[in-house]
Amino acid sequence: MDTDQLIRSLAADNAHRVPRVSAVLTVALLVAAPLSILIFATFLGVRPDVMTAMRNPFFDMKFAVTLSLAIPAIVVSLHLSRPEALMRGWGWLLLLPVGLLAVAIGSEAMMAPAMPMTMRLMGKNSRVCLVAIPAMSLPLLAGALFGLRHGAPSHPALTGALAGLLSAGLAATLYASHCTDDSPLFVATWYTLATALVAAIGAAVGSRVLRY
Amino acid sequence: MRGREDEWTGLMRSAMAGDDAAYHRLLKAVTPVLRAAARRGLARAGQPPDQAEDIVQEILLAVHLKRHTWDSEAPFAPWLFAIARNKLIDALRRRGRRVFVNIDDFAETLPGEAPQETASASEVAAQLGTLPQRQRDVLQSIAVESASIKDTASKYSMSEGAVRVALHRGLAALTAKLRDH
Repeated sequence: MDTDQLIRSLAADNAHRVPRVSAVLTVALLVAAPLSILIFATFLGVRPDVMTAMRNPFFDMKFAVTLSLAIPAIVVSLHLSRPEALMRGWGWLLLLPVGLLAVAIGSEAMMAPAMPMTMRLMGKNSRVCLVAIPAMSLPLLAGALFGLRHGAPSHPALTGALAGLLSAGLAATLYASHCTDDSPLFVATWYTLATALVAAIGAAVGSRVLRY
Repeated sequence: MRGREDEWTGLMRSAMAGDDAAYHRLLKAVTPVLRAAARRGLARAGQPPDQAEDIVQEILLAVHLKRHTWDSEAPFAPWLFAIARNKLIDALRRRGRRVFVNIDDFAETLPGEAPQETASASEVAAQLGTLPQRQRDVLQSIAVESASIKDTASKYSMSEGAVRVALHRGLAALTAKLRDH
C-alpha cells in the first residue's frame, strides 16, 4: 500500500470519534474503585474510634496528604498523556504532599510528645500499611493505565509512575481511615514506601503498555 | 515556516470539525516533511533510506489514531513532530537491533554489494495480509481502489456503518501489528 492510498483510508475514517483521555481515565477509575473499596471493606474497615479521631488534626492531615498526592498526580498524568507534553512546570505539583508532610512533622515536633519519636515513626501498623496500600492500589493502577493508554504519552515509564502515584494516593486515602497511626512521621515513612513501590510497578508496566 | 504551520493548525481544526477533505489535504501536506525527517533519521543512524516510507506510514497511522490528544487551542506542528519523533525513535531502535543481527550474519558478503533497490512501504502491505477478511476487503477497496464508503458498502453488501467500523478496526489493528511485530 503506498502512502497516498493509506492517507485516503485515514481521511475516510475521519468521522470516527473517540472520547477524550480524561473521560476514559475517569470511567476506568470509577470502574476500578469498587474493587479497591471491596478489599478495604473485607480486610480493613474504618477504625472504630473514627468519630474521636476526626477531632485530631493529625488524623485529618493524612487525608490532606494523600489527596494532595492523588489529585495532582491525576492532573499531571493527563498532561503527560499528550505527546508534546513536557514535565517542566508541572513537577512542583507533586511536591504538594511533601510540603504538607514537612509542615505536619514540624508542628508535631513543636508539641509535647505523647510518645517517643521512634514509637511514632514505627507505629503499630507499618506492615499492614505496606501491604494494604499496594493491594488497594492495584485495581486503581490497572484502571489508570487502561485510561492513559488511550493517550499518546512520549514518556511511558514516567507516565506509568504517575499512574502509580495517583492510584497509591487514592488507596492511601482509604487506608488512612483504617490506620490508627496518625503521626506525620509514620505517614512520611510507611505511606511513602508503599507509594514508591506502587509507582515503581506503574513505571515498569507503563513502559510496556503505554507505548502507542 | 510559520505560515505553513499555521495552515496545518487551521486544516486540523477543520478536520476535527468533520471536514474530511481538509484532513486529506493536511495529511498530504505533512507527508513530505515527515519523509524528509525519516530519511534524515535513518541516515544519521547509518541505515539505508529505503525504509523511510514504512516509518512515514507508521507516523501517519499514529497521528490518525491519537488525534484526540491534540488540543485544538494548541499549534498542530509541535504535536505532530512529537509523535513523529517517538515513532522514528521506536523504528530506529527496532531496525537497529535487526540490522545489528544482519551484519553479524552476513558480514562477509556485505562489502561492495549494491544497496537494495528501494522497496517502498512493505510493512503496512505485509500486515494488511494478516487482517481479518472483512477489514482487509474494506481497506483494499477504500485505499487501493479509492472507492467511497458508500460504494464499498454496496460492493460487499454491508451497511455503511459496518464499513466504517471495519475500516477503523482495520487501521487500529494495523497500527498494533506494526508496533508489536
